[in-house]
Amino acid sequence: MKKLNFIFAALLGMGLNYSQAQTPKGSVLIKNATVLTVTKGNLENADVLVQDGIIKQVGQNLSAPSGVQTIDASGKYLMPGIIDAHSHVALDVVNEASAPIVAEVRMKDMVNPYEIGIYRALAGGVTISHAMHGSANVVGGQNATLKHRWGSTDPADIIMQDAPRTIKFALGENPTRVHGRGNNIQPRTRMGVEAVLRNGFNEALQYKKSWESYNAAKGQKGNTVAPPVFNERLQTLAEILDGKIIIHCHSYRADEIYMLINVAKDFGITKLVFQHTNEGFKVAPEIAEYTMGASVFADWWAYKMEVYYSTAFNAAILQKNGVITSINSDSAELIRHLYHEAAKTQRYGGLTDEEALSMITINPAKQLGIDDKVGSIEVGKQADLVIFEGHPLSSYAVPQMTFVDGVKYFDIKADKDDQRQFVSATEMVEPVYLHTEEDHQCLQDVDAYFEAFQGAFLDEKH
Amino acid sequence: MNRILKTFCASLLALIPVAAMAQIDGEFVKPRTGKFLLQNATVVTVTKGTLENTSVLVENGKIAQVGTGINASDAEVIDCTGMFIYPGMIDGGTRLGLVEVSSVPETVDYAELGNVTPNMQALTTVNPNAEAIGVTRVSGVTTVLTVPTGGLFPGTAALINLNGYTPDQMYGGFKAIVMNFPSSGRRGRFDRRSDEDIKKDSEKALKEANDIWENAKNYLSLKEAGAELQYYPEMDQLSKAVSGELPLLIVVDAASDIQNAIKWVEGKDIKVIFSGVAEGWRVADEIAKAGIPVITGPVQELPSRQSDRYDAAYANAGKMAKAGVKVAIRTDEEENVRNLPFHAAFAAAYGLGKEEALKAITINPAEIFGIQDQYGSVEAGKRANLVVSTGDPLETKSQIMHVFIDGYRIPMSNRHIRLYQEFLERSPGLKAN
Repeated sequence: MKKLNFIFAALLGMGLNYSQAQTPKGSVLIKNATVLTVTKGNLENADVLVQDGIIKQVGQNLSAPSGVQTIDASGKYLMPGIIDAHSHVALDVVNEASAPIVAEVRMKDMVNPYEIGIYRALAGGVTISHAMHGSANVVGGQNATLKHRWGSTDPADIIMQDAPRTIKFALGENPTRVHGRGNNIQPRTRMGVEAVLRNGFNEALQYKKSWESYNAAKGQKGNTVAPPVFNERLQTLAEILDGKIIIHCHSYRADEIYMLINVAKDFGITKLVFQHTNEGFKVAPEIAEYTMGASVFADWWAYKMEVYYSTAFNAAILQKNGVITSINSDSAELIRHLYHEAAKTQRYGGLTDEEALSMITINPAKQLGIDDKVGSIEVGKQADLVIFEGHPLSSYAVPQMTFVDGVKYFDIKADKDDQRQFVSATEMVEPVYLHTEEDHQCLQDVDAYFEAFQGAFLDEKH
Repeated sequence: MNRILKTFCASLLALIPVAAMAQIDGEFVKPRTGKFLLQNATVVTVTKGTLENTSVLVENGKIAQVGTGINASDAEVIDCTGMFIYPGMIDGGTRLGLVEVSSVPETVDYAELGNVTPNMQALTTVNPNAEAIGVTRVSGVTTVLTVPTGGLFPGTAALINLNGYTPDQMYGGFKAIVMNFPSSGRRGRFDRRSDEDIKKDSEKALKEANDIWENAKNYLSLKEAGAELQYYPEMDQLSKAVSGELPLLIVVDAASDIQNAIKWVEGKDIKVIFSGVAEGWRVADEIAKAGIPVITGPVQELPSRQSDRYDAAYANAGKMAKAGVKVAIRTDEEENVRNLPFHAAFAAAYGLGKEEALKAITINPAEIFGIQDQYGSVEAGKRANLVVSTGDPLETKSQIMHVFIDGYRIPMSNRHIRLYQEFLERSPGLKAN
């Protein structure tokens, strides 16, 4: 009987897992749009047929199978869902700031599917965001790639379960400020940041080796070798060395970018993306040669010392040097108009429409390791799509409808005055506070570190 | 022999300055004034329609003529065929020139200590060489209101043109005394005060504002009566708002605060401009009825409440304009004032319309500041603040080709552009190991 109970419990568990995997998938035929496929050129008056969340056909004069809704997009533009490679939307906590290396923590434990920011991102055409750990640590936590399935109440349902693992690193002012100046431990300088990285990876190599020797020995007859102590932090670093996790590194200055490229080369790491990368333009050939590219702001600069020597032409220089380049938000506000941010590469550097659109679709998809699934309008890909009134690179463009896996989650015509999913009986609705906080969230949750130390650090949260 | 030696020495001497200068490579292009004929453009005058195949003559810092067949053989001709001429754009609220790097306190000069410091002059601390000024002006934003922040009356804002070597050369002829209207709402998600405490605090702050205003009134009447007054620079400055000599720029955002501010202004015979006004759309009719002009923004901003529609900030300017409010747009920015035309474009797309959006960053701020005889449109007699672009400057893709400020032709360069020039094709590139 006990055994039966166990089997029931196991079945129940499987059932739960199964239901978690069943995120909504839609079918729809979008007709007569100007289709910006991003990877296969533009198609005038074209149709896109989506079945069960997958793009089944792209062409002309397609007809809807029975039961599939048709949307007339005459005069409108259809593009792939926008992907933000750097966001903190839908995260309840951003920083575990307690040590220079916290590789063991996972943002997927902090995902909040109720956050209105998800809906607002959808209203800006963003279907996927890379929900990142903050920049308080040299090696931060593991990030979560989210699909904006607004209305889901289970955090697991808005996590893109088939995306590879990624982890946050951070160089420069933030980790040196939090640890070196805030807590008086290494790193206080960019030299210290390199030391933290090299020490961490060397320790992980030893850890890996001790497990390898144990695993080799344990099969042998009569062995008495004790297993090494499992250590989630070192295990994660070892998995980075094994190429199982993509590094996404917060960085600004050319020297620190170059340093990490050298560290990565020494440890055989190739899965590396730079984030922010304001001075990436200075080492563009190196980034192009050795990494998976850079994810940058369109025009942010001068809010702190390490971004003072920036240029709004950064993305264009990177692109023209062969770097896989994406434009990100790192902001609950900016995420809502990444299509406009991408267009700034045309003002500053004259990039083509296709290059500019790549920076918010296929390029971030490559950097997140999901370009085989999303990031362009191609048969077989997941149907994350946006319909625009006006060309999406126009500053007058207005997103009309946003689909994730063929399911419509935003429709400007059905937009309600209050789109919150859930208003609790105890939640205060009035009086309200005005949005006054900084948009950046990279140093969110580290305030406690400075309360006893120096309030001045709190002013700057980028 | 002697003569040869002399010649030799002289030629050596002549070489010295050359040798001393040899380490400087290339020539720096400075803004320069002169007589310029911007020929054969589409002129978007803003106030007098759009004129095809029209030329603009710039002379003595002014727009001398707008028309066809302008006879100016001594002018430097700039062919603008296929291009568009717009008036220089005006940002109605920035901190431009008052800060260099916002995280470095030593470079932040917009917030003085104290609650009542209207005598703090933004113009004093405008750095004509701030890197952000060069970065901003090539976008076609030629003129900004630069505004101090801080306490209840934090200082006096000043209009500046983005060219000049001293603050006085940059001064655009408009100042306003800033008032941060006491807020009756929560300051943020970390504000844990009870509703009752918030109400008390807000009433206290409003009473303080009234007391200070009363003092300024008394100061003014004593001064007008010729009384001998002690040195009191705060009241001396604030009394200028009481008398109407300077307008009061009231920074206010929440709907209830806007209503309170309207009430506060009622019965006071003063010039008032509202700034910020994030929730203006909630009380647009009341603002219109009060006849108070508004400088609103940033437009690219989150809604102020979780329960608001996602486009609340985008649509705000349009809703106020529709209700009859005179609306100008601000970025409330420092280093990214260059995004002003894009803020206007978003307002246009979400209800304001293209024509009104352009006005909101040209003629409307000029009228609100009372300087419309000098700024805000392409008309003969106005200051030559002009933008020549390949298309609509509110459209991201358009390139700004020429900028004129006070008749000075601005070099289309800054550090961002120089870095592009240096690093686009770096040499050496990737060095083989």
